[in-house]
Amino acid sequence: MKAYDYEIVIGLEVHVELKTKTKIFCGCSNRFGAEPNTNVCPICSGFPGALPVLNQQVVEYAIRAGLALNCEIASYTKFDSKNYFYPDLPNAYQVSQYDRPICSNGYMDIYVDGKPKRIGINRAHIEEDAGKLVHQGSITETAYSLVDLNRCGVPLLEIVSMPDMRQAAEARQYLEKLRSTMLFAGVSDCKMEEGSLRCDANVSVRPWGEQALGTRVEIKNLNSFRSLEKAIEYEARRQMEALDDGEVLVQETRTWDEEKQVTRSMRSKEEAQDYRYFPNPDLPPLVIPREWVESVARSMPELPQQAQLRLMEKYGLSAYDVSILTSSPEYLAFFDRCVAAFAQPKAVANWMMGELNKFLNQSNLQITECRFSPEHLAELLKMIDEGAVSGKMAKDIFAEMFASGKPAAQIVKEKGLAQISDQDTLIAMIEEVLKANPKVVEDYRGGKQKAAGFLVGQIMKATKGQANPTLVNQLIDKCLSAE
Amino acid sequence: MALTIKEVEHVALLARLSLSEDEKVKLSQQLGAILNYADTLNTIPTDNVEPLTHILSVHNVFRADEVQPSMPREEMLANAPLVEAGYYKVPKIM
Repeated sequence: MKAYDYEIVIGLEVHVELKTKTKIFCGCSNRFGAEPNTNVCPICSGFPGALPVLNQQVVEYAIRAGLALNCEIASYTKFDSKNYFYPDLPNAYQVSQYDRPICSNGYMDIYVDGKPKRIGINRAHIEEDAGKLVHQGSITETAYSLVDLNRCGVPLLEIVSMPDMRQAAEARQYLEKLRSTMLFAGVSDCKMEEGSLRCDANVSVRPWGEQALGTRVEIKNLNSFRSLEKAIEYEARRQMEALDDGEVLVQETRTWDEEKQVTRSMRSKEEAQDYRYFPNPDLPPLVIPREWVESVARSMPELPQQAQLRLMEKYGLSAYDVSILTSSPEYLAFFDRCVAAFAQPKAVANWMMGELNKFLNQSNLQITECRFSPEHLAELLKMIDEGAVSGKMAKDIFAEMFASGKPAAQIVKEKGLAQISDQDTLIAMIEEVLKANPKVVEDYRGGKQKAAGFLVGQIMKATKGQANPTLVNQLIDKCLSAE
Repeated sequence: MALTIKEVEHVALLARLSLSEDEKVKLSQQLGAILNYADTLNTIPTDNVEPLTHILSVHNVFRADEVQPSMPREEMLANAPLVEAGYYKVPKIM
């Protein structure tokens, strides 16, 4: 069969670290980047007899995240132990939630080719993170592992989608929207590079029209939006080719090899019963009163979905534009403030998504680190709109604003960049150029429309690009036809 | 009823235990006897009983989200057989 004879089915399991001050069961700091084994105590290091006590803020954040994902919040929920041996898990069990997750049956809407598509959220549950293994040199050559337990007991929310996605690009959209939703809800800083947002993808393929799901493969080690997309594309193709060759797929966990751009088999997936889940005896269950959920709901800010609808309806922006504008609360606030000062939303969106993003990416900065204010950008856009500067000059001014943080008007003044829109000045210059180029004028009159382009070029050159090109064009036409 | 040798081997693998052939046979009988005893519970009618998830009737025991000092690293690592550069040092696990 050909690739188009198969349907790809994708579900994502996303872990977000909740941005509490302390860990889930002890008062150790939940700060990223500390010296190894300095944010640790007998509780998070699994010393015998140490007893966990639940951080209330973890539950608050889980409710918040659940509401942001349109989930039902359980009125009764509990914690279970998931048992397995690994050196980064000192208790030899991970506290998680098995059969009574705090959040379930939610959804999130994404836009696929401009059309809305609803992705189901199966569940979201609270669990604790494990520590980190560090290897000196290559993992294949080193003889031992070094263990850092700082991350042990960092609170996580695991968000499990329904297998509702059908292409790698959809999965990426989902992850991006999930990230911005968590950022707006204020529950996590969602930094993929620091591991506070992590994603595993479940991928299977099936012949078109088939109802039953194919054999599922879980892909781990997806460290960026790009690697998520690439890994799904690779894995789906691998499965289709294997089926075409008459192979039987095995349910397994595979890791994404960023360097070679392939997925590699890790181990056959342990069955759920092998984790021997049982209710954790050290943690009493949770009873969540409706009033708590309602008070969290009342404190919820505008979320990406609402903001996207607002920008599309109010300003007529595209689904693509609004998804970028709502990538973080700070980015959206910058846009909103800029539009408040200069009421041309599409122009603001274009400049933010074009020049501003280009410069932010180049210098690896966040919008919060931008040296000029939204009002400064609005001022520049106003100058373009009024014809005071050309589009080309505006880009130079923008670069200077980005570098120095100076307002546009000051840069224009200092560098003498103001656009020449004064008709008398321009006409005088045009007459001189016409006099100096009688041959070109003749060509133009002989029907060569293109000759005017040369004359415009001469004016732009003489004014170092400061002449208003639209006006120059009009004036040249006028001068030539008048004579 | 005794466990099968295969079941004993599976449980031993999960518990990271290595067993001799004699031990496997012995444990298959002992574990089977324990399960049989526990099966007694299945003879009690529980159709109208809510599953118990915790033996105490308490719920919602919380801690405020306030940072407390962690333990000094030297103390935390003091009982570790092998330590390097502030880390626990363990055999490589692939």
